[in-house]
Amino acid sequence: MSAVADTHAQDHHHGPAKGISRWLLTTNHKDIGSMYLIFSFTMFLLGGAMAMVIRAELFQPGLQIVQPEFFNQMTTMHGLIMVFGAVMPAFVGLANWMLPLMIGAPDMALPRMNNWSFWLLPCAFLILVSTLFMEGGAPNFGWTFYAPLSTTYGPPSTTFFIFAVHIMGVSSIMGAINVIATILNMRAPGMTLMKMPLFVWTWLITAFLLIAVMPVLAGVVTMMLMDINFGTSFFDASGGGDPVLFQHVFWFFGHPEVYIMILPAFGAVSHIIPAFSRKPLFGYASMVYAVGAIALLSFVVWAHHMFTVGIPIVGQLFFMYATMLIAVPTGVKVFNWVATMFRGSLTFEAPMLFSVAFVILFTIGGFSGLMLAIAPADFQYHDTYFVVAHFHYVLVPGAIFGIFASAYFWLPKWTGHMYDETLAKTHFWLSFVGMNLAFFPMHFLGLAGMPRRIPDYALQFADFNMVSSVGAFMFGATQLLFLFIVVKCIRGGKEAPAKPWDGAEGLEWTVPSPAPYHTFATPPVVK
Amino acid sequence: MRVHAQRAGALLGGLMFPAWSMADWTLNMTPGVTGTSNDIFSLHMTILWICVVIGVVVFGVMFWSIFAHRKSQGAKPANFHENTLVEILWTIIPFAILVVMAIPATATLVDMYDTSESEVDIKVTGYQWKWQYEYINEDFGYFSNLSTPRDQIENRQAKGENYLLEVDNPLVIPVGKKVRFLLTANDVIHSWWVPDFGVKKDAIPGFINETWTRVDKPGIYRGQCTELCGKDHGFMPVVVEAVPEEEYNAWVAEKKEAAERERQLTQKDWTMAELMERGEKAYQTACAACHQPNGQGAPPAFPSLVGTQVVTEDMAAHIDIVVNGVSGSAMQAFGNQLSEVDLAAVITYERNAWGNNTGEMVTPKEIFDYKNQQ
Repeated sequence: MSAVADTHAQDHHHGPAKGISRWLLTTNHKDIGSMYLIFSFTMFLLGGAMAMVIRAELFQPGLQIVQPEFFNQMTTMHGLIMVFGAVMPAFVGLANWMLPLMIGAPDMALPRMNNWSFWLLPCAFLILVSTLFMEGGAPNFGWTFYAPLSTTYGPPSTTFFIFAVHIMGVSSIMGAINVIATILNMRAPGMTLMKMPLFVWTWLITAFLLIAVMPVLAGVVTMMLMDINFGTSFFDASGGGDPVLFQHVFWFFGHPEVYIMILPAFGAVSHIIPAFSRKPLFGYASMVYAVGAIALLSFVVWAHHMFTVGIPIVGQLFFMYATMLIAVPTGVKVFNWVATMFRGSLTFEAPMLFSVAFVILFTIGGFSGLMLAIAPADFQYHDTYFVVAHFHYVLVPGAIFGIFASAYFWLPKWTGHMYDETLAKTHFWLSFVGMNLAFFPMHFLGLAGMPRRIPDYALQFADFNMVSSVGAFMFGATQLLFLFIVVKCIRGGKEAPAKPWDGAEGLEWTVPSPAPYHTFATPPVVK
Repeated sequence: MRVHAQRAGALLGGLMFPAWSMADWTLNMTPGVTGTSNDIFSLHMTILWICVVIGVVVFGVMFWSIFAHRKSQGAKPANFHENTLVEILWTIIPFAILVVMAIPATATLVDMYDTSESEVDIKVTGYQWKWQYEYINEDFGYFSNLSTPRDQIENRQAKGENYLLEVDNPLVIPVGKKVRFLLTANDVIHSWWVPDFGVKKDAIPGFINETWTRVDKPGIYRGQCTELCGKDHGFMPVVVEAVPEEEYNAWVAEKKEAAERERQLTQKDWTMAELMERGEKAYQTACAACHQPNGQGAPPAFPSLVGTQVVTEDMAAHIDIVVNGVSGSAMQAFGNQLSEVDLAAVITYERNAWGNNTGEMVTPKEIFDYKNQQ
């Protein structure tokens, strides 16, 4: 049987198709992965440009550059684009590229669906971004789109926003099904579940989270659609509806969603730190269990986003305790990474720099998360810049640095060239300083009483806002350097060997660099 | 614990951050002026220090590895990759710390939820973009609007000391009494926050939320709306004046009398000039945020009032829209927000300002009758 299959592969020996149809019609996991990554970086720059508008307006007190209506559109679109357009597609792109290579599979399990789930995304974001040019402007109610601000009081473009969210949801769900089907069915002989690389494990769990919560998001936006266009009153108190119901449903999606944006980064960092410590990952099994525990807990903590809405005290206590509990598995992961570095033989190439910064800064975001979990204290923190600082600390050095670390780690495998290490280190240090300058002062602003999502502020907040804006401009401009580094790496550079990092382990390093268009036509055997 | 935490915080802050004492570079939460806000501050400091200690230990080990276990220093990698005892320990110890933390947090929360035995009850209603305060046992109430001039916001004038944190009519409460707040909203969700009290609660349409405070120190306390509520979310501050009891009682008496006078004004015969003057004032506080001071609005969400048919011709429709609002749009029902006098004045003003010049007026009595017919 295998002889027949081999002959077949030899006979055709097909490479990529020529021209635009290679990209439109491709079912190749590497092509689709590249498209996801390029799309995600484009969205990252667009969402980032909006953040620059926000920080420019907040540079000084008073209204200078934009009016409050447009400011609210910017905060909303920045959040939506970064969450659904930049971070999630970047991880799907990494999954497409790396999952088959890591488990020794020739491609994803459902290649045609893979093409379809990618091409839905540009359509969804075309619709979403086009709302900026519609009469009445783009959605202006925050990325959390609380009703009734987003229903009764929303701009006419809200219906387009809902449609865009539906399309993104379809894309994510199909992507997740593909990941699960691939991991569960196509692992190389001998690769048992507990031998899977951690990136595979974290993506498997992430995919289950996606399948569980994306339909909930679809449900809540459908209820909005009905309220806006068909006269129902799910969230309209004057029609017997319940505005708080919106928040419960939204955050039942929203809290697992934030773990969807971080778990794959946990996985990637769990490869990079051992590679550059030249020492096996500490506590592989406990890493897997910790991710599982975090995923399960993520379903029972949603109301910690709603401590001030007036839920009964018993509910308040339950959600406080459950939320605090998440610190335990998260702590285990951080301790494991540190223990991996301990007594290793460390070098600090760009992937390692981003990963070490990931561990430190994500932990700081975790600390502020723990503070936010203390319900009575949350009454002071809630909806202030302290929260903005917190979630940017877990998302920027968490998700985004995780993605940068992965990109530098696997770029030699993707392109066949080494990237420019000096430039990459410059990219890291400028990002690191800019990011901390932008987001650390936000802790102080929040504690001093500055609410989030305001276009103008009282005078006592002026100094730190200026510092924060300077940091944000620095961080934003630095990302153009990343674009340059990647383009340079694609076009040339030192030839990369099959395994460019001497401490790296895994099947992906057994294929040549750049990885051929088709890999593992015959599955490798894992001992 | 609280005192220790405060002292430790002040000491470390003073050593590490000389800027601590400068108002503009405030780094930390302030303890506030109520029991609740002090409890919260103490919880905040406790958890902060726990995090600092954990951070020092974890990052300490990490930095030690970064300095001592570098390949360039000739470090040879060890090969260990698990240790059951250590792994159990670093699961159990954090859990124990959390339990210790949860106990005072629970106690504070139970206290914050106890709204019983209040001495003053005030209903707080959030509107786009102002607060309404009703003293439900005293039968009067009023609106509290941002009083920072537009010129300061648009940088045509130097900004005042309390820029964006000042209102025309602050909430007044007596010191030393338990004040209960009943919160709701008229349109979208708002959130009422005074940091110095440690009080923040969402005001949600169709719900009545409860919270309370007891302020012992007279003074003026400032806060803001903390739930995104649309365009002017950043422009609806909360200002509370805590005054001694006698002063409070005198103020209440005066307010009740003023409310009575206002009711009688409805019966008075108003001239066009009087209505125009009053109407301009009422327009600026109630309408200008959306329809703009020049009546041009910001279409399509906020239509222009200049030369439009409803404002220049159809008087009945004009009254209906102002009193009952337009459902499904941002136009609120002002029938219960403004007095009959203000409603009549605003409608008269709109029909005659900005070159509308219809020459028509509507009297408070007519509005009173219109409302009663409904």
